[in-house]
Amino acid sequence: MASMLLSQVANGVGIGIIYFMIAVGMSITFGMMRFLNIAHGGFYLLGAYVGFELVQQTGSFWFALVGAPICIGLVAWLSEPAFSVLYRLSHNMQILATLGLALVIQETVVLVWDTVGKHVAAPGGLVGAVAFGDFVYPRYRLFVICVGVVLAAGLWLLLERTNYGAVLRAGTQSTDDIELLGIDIRRVFAATFGLGAGLAGLAGVLAAPIRGVEPFMGPEALAIAFVVVVVGGLGSFFGALAGGLLIGIIQSTTSVFWPAASGVAMYVGMAAIMLIRPRGLLGRA
Amino acid sequence: MLSVRDLHSYYGKSHIVQGVDLDIGAGEIVSLLGRNGAGKTTTLKSLVGLVSGSEGRVELDGRRIDGNRTCAIARQGVVLVPEHRGIFAELTVEENLAIAERRGSGRTRSAVYDLFPRLAERRCNRGDAISGGEQQMLAIGRAVLCSPKVLLLDEPTEGLAPVIVDELIRIVRGLAQEGIAVLVVEQNIRFCEAVASRHYILSQGKIVFEGTSDEFGRASDARETYLALGSPGKSAGDAQTIRQGINQ
Ligand SMILES: Nc1ncnc2c1ncn2[C@@H]1O[C@H](COP(=O)(O)OP(=O)(O)OP(=O)(O)O)[C@@H](O)[C@H]1O
Ligand SMILES: [Mg+2]
Repeated sequence: MASMLLSQVANGVGIGIIYFMIAVGMSITFGMMRFLNIAHGGFYLLGAYVGFELVQQTGSFWFALVGAPICIGLVAWLSEPAFSVLYRLSHNMQILATLGLALVIQETVVLVWDTVGKHVAAPGGLVGAVAFGDFVYPRYRLFVICVGVVLAAGLWLLLERTNYGAVLRAGTQSTDDIELLGIDIRRVFAATFGLGAGLAGLAGVLAAPIRGVEPFMGPEALAIAFVVVVVGGLGSFFGALAGGLLIGIIQSTTSVFWPAASGVAMYVGMAAIMLIRPRGLLGRA
Repeated sequence: MLSVRDLHSYYGKSHIVQGVDLDIGAGEIVSLLGRNGAGKTTTLKSLVGLVSGSEGRVELDGRRIDGNRTCAIARQGVVLVPEHRGIFAELTVEENLAIAERRGSGRTRSAVYDLFPRLAERRCNRGDAISGGEQQMLAIGRAVLCSPKVLLLDEPTEGLAPVIVDELIRIVRGLAQEGIAVLVVEQNIRFCEAVASRHYILSQGKIVFEGTSDEFGRASDARETYLALGSPGKSAGDAQTIRQGINQ
């Protein structure tokens, strides 16, 4: 029983890391540009499909793992000027416009790859399980956790230890005051938007061998990102990390004790946290 | 250096700045005075492209900069230190400076720390954990890192103790000696008279007086009408009294 619980907690961490990758881009985009992007789940969806396609074409998961997020990030980065017209609109308008875009992305995926789910195999070296004493754990999931840890550390360094990160943190306070220093905030926005999209794309590729690839994973990712961002606190990097891990662990442990409730558990968790901390775990006061 | 012709600015339908002309030469310090709500801040913001409804001709060294984006104007050398100072609360003093620093510009953080030794001591403090005077120094130091040709200061002495005002006087004079043109909006006449060689008075969006310090000293009518202030010499030693006089 204990080892089963442990392995569900580990699963929760692995899934939570993926949730973090999906949510952090949306959180930062919102924190900085006040832009609510319902199409953010589309980047995750596209990441999974572009990853699938690259595996089909090249036979290399590793190539897909690097290539797909870069593709998604570049496309988002280059198309950011089109998104930026939405920044000044009301949140209702943003939701409507990006909801439309999310559907366009989803239907395009159906058009190109049809509705039948696709399977992406974990790369050869990551098939099977590793044993720690009598605790046995799938290699691929362990790999996902490692990637997530390295990535979270790298992102933290980027946000806390570089000028780019300082500008991002400052930009949530005032974009005019940034521009007064001769810094082109639009370029920073565009790069950040691309980065967030690329991370969601990476989450899509990483999730593919675990849950398969299908056209409706976009809305699912969006719902999760929404919950994670609300739980963690809007615009907070550590909030997205804590929220992602918490939701992942809640989901996978309830699936042991009460499988039917695992879908709704994250919303219950969210509601509980909203009652205790309305601004989320690490949200600004 | 900076020449402004027929500047008009609007907030919605209200016509705030109504045809302002200004000239500032290299190394010159010029003051822009006027009552609360006269449009001083709006004028400065318009110069750096922060008021969307503004028109007129703004030239820097003969090249038009009106219509450019704020970041481009700052890069071209017109740098505003806003009334609220614009210090980033979540960034340390060091980070506030670092984001403004340009490699190869000849302006470095360490030069700013030499100029403002108090900032060096506060290097690791967050922007919201330093005093008002230190924030003003940080704001000016940060603007200097942008290699300004023209520095626009909006009420730099607001809320500062007299000793710190004295320090600012030295700093602003020093910057002008380096060739930077300075336009300072102030309520503090003592500060203006100490640093500026020419003065403009703005009233209801129009320039109603323009002259040298001597002319300004003699124009007691203009001062009385537009600044609600008698002879500046009388209480020039006490910034606070003058400030109160002006704010009435
Ligand atoms: N964002 C804004 N929207 C609408 N009206 C504004 C805005 N900012 C200022 N105003 C109006 O424009 C006029 C000029 O304001 P401005 O801030 O330029 O005055 P000021 O001379 O700087 O005054 P103070 O000495 O109080 O700083 C005022 O009547 C003010 O109410
Ligand atoms: Mg003002």
